[in-house]
Amino acid sequence: MLTLTVNGRPHRVDADPATPLLYVLRNDLGLNGAKFGCGLGQCGACTVMVDGHAVFACLVPISVLPGRDVMTIEGLGSEEDPSPLQHAFVEEQAAQCGYCIAGMIMRAQALLEHNPSPSEEEIRRHMSPNLCRCGTHMRILRAIKRASQGTRFADADSEKRVVR
Amino acid sequence: MRAVSVALGAALLIALAAAAFLVWAARPAIAPIEPPSPADFSADLVDKGAQLAAIGDCAGCHTNSDGSPYAGGVALPTPFGSIYGTNITPDPDTGIGSWSRVAFARAMREGIDRRGRHLYPAFPYDHFNKLADGDIDAIYAFLMTREPVRATSPPNRLVFPLNARIVAAAWKLLFLRPARSEPRSDKSDPWNRGAYLVEGLGHCGACHTPRNILGAEEPQKALAGGEQEGWIAPSLDQDSPAPIHWTEESLFAYLRVGSDRLHGVAAGPMTSVVRHLRPALDEDVRAMAVYIASTMGEPAPERRSREEEIFASLPKGGSADAIATAEPAGSAADAAPTGAQIFAATCSGCHTNRSSRPLGGRPLVLQTAVALASPRNLIEIILHGIEPAESEPGEMMPGFADVLTDKQIAELAAYVRSRFSDGPAWSNIEDVVRGIRNGR
Repeated sequence: MLTLTVNGRPHRVDADPATPLLYVLRNDLGLNGAKFGCGLGQCGACTVMVDGHAVFACLVPISVLPGRDVMTIEGLGSEEDPSPLQHAFVEEQAAQCGYCIAGMIMRAQALLEHNPSPSEEEIRRHMSPNLCRCGTHMRILRAIKRASQGTRFADADSEKRVVR
Repeated sequence: MRAVSVALGAALLIALAAAAFLVWAARPAIAPIEPPSPADFSADLVDKGAQLAAIGDCAGCHTNSDGSPYAGGVALPTPFGSIYGTNITPDPDTGIGSWSRVAFARAMREGIDRRGRHLYPAFPYDHFNKLADGDIDAIYAFLMTREPVRATSPPNRLVFPLNARIVAAAWKLLFLRPARSEPRSDKSDPWNRGAYLVEGLGHCGACHTPRNILGAEEPQKALAGGEQEGWIAPSLDQDSPAPIHWTEESLFAYLRVGSDRLHGVAAGPMTSVVRHLRPALDEDVRAMAVYIASTMGEPAPERRSREEEIFASLPKGGSADAIATAEPAGSAADAAPTGAQIFAATCSGCHTNRSSRPLGGRPLVLQTAVALASPRNLIEIILHGIEPAESEPGEMMPGFADVLTDKQIAELAAYVRSRFSDGPAWSNIEDVVRGIRNGR
């Protein structure tokens, strides 16, 4: 048994320590936001945050995670109460099929937490591991840009996670 | 009385030697010229210069990743501090636009800039001094027809007393010898061409030859392996650590496309070397492969039998592209259980996948990074992954610096070493991980 902290809450998990985090999130904890895309760390659909860094959940064994802080899209906001970044994705209509979007948002969240106003170049470089097969990249970039510009005022009137 | 005369005599000798050194070290400026017009150079000469500049990897030190071609500013970390590649575009004020061909040739062969200042040996004039006149002319034509860019590199940050350029003159007195490449009549034309390119323009030894305490390549250990930017530059002689010996074919593939099916992917500082090499002619790249294959030599019988074992451990039937590795030996998992768990989740998806690429990763049993005496290269790759150049196709591996701790990476590396190499276990791996993270 291992204890994982996911979205601020401890979870007792009964799984092989070599199990990738993604399977535990989806199969054991019912957190289906992160998606299985390639299983090889090449597409980014499974991206979540560990201690504030964007990581491929499909490649991280749960054995390395006790004592670390895992954050998934479910911890960011909800349909009724989206985070500023999620809101920006809605505003820009950045999703087509939506399969990549949870991963895109989590990778972008990790960027904005470290660098609240990134340049276009910094956004592109940071987001490059995550792929969208529908081709909505331009809208995704706009959404991240929108969220980064909104950060300054969104911070003050929202309890929601913008910048830790 | 006698002691006094000896002391006086010695002082006089030292003063004379110092004076002679200063006279020797003082080099005149060469008069500036008006930047030549691109029309002064034939297209053929410029083309030849482009091919040669690719082999010399001028861009490696003179083109910044976010800067204009050849406009300088690239930081080159050395054990003595950082040196910045200079602007070698034909801008007359900040580049080499006012350099005559004679001034350029003097810089290439003697490491002296147009104004007569001694250049540091980070600029590999200890290799470029082997260049033929015609090749220097071609490179000059190529550089003088680039877009002039006004850009000044940051000042070098070298430790005292190396920040005084006279030290570079002393270094040359000790280590720089005039050299010309003499073809060997008992060798083929491609071998001679390869020797000329590898020892001269290509300056492979700048990374692949060990350096002495004063930063000079040790001539008795040419291509015996060195270090660059924290990476091990493996030996290119008969002690090559590659699990499967390199051949002319495999070296050609590696230099031409950045990977070979029986070896690894060009990583670390070698990534940009291969990328910059692209404009070089196939026949020149093949000549370098011929020469390096000969410096490595034919594998000894023990090595051949080890290679047979490695091939036998690979699954039968598939193409060489699809070779994967045998199931884990129990001992490796027992020796490093945490490493085995991490490997199962993090690495095996690609590295034991029998599909063809891109799904099947490189078999680790073939990787030089796993076979080296030092874990440095493997740790660099685990931390930072393998990345193709931006917007270019190429093999990729994600890095794990953000998710694995130093201890976890050390455990993973120990497991990979014990499972995929018959070399002795690495020691102090965690210290190496920490060192690399801290820029050491």
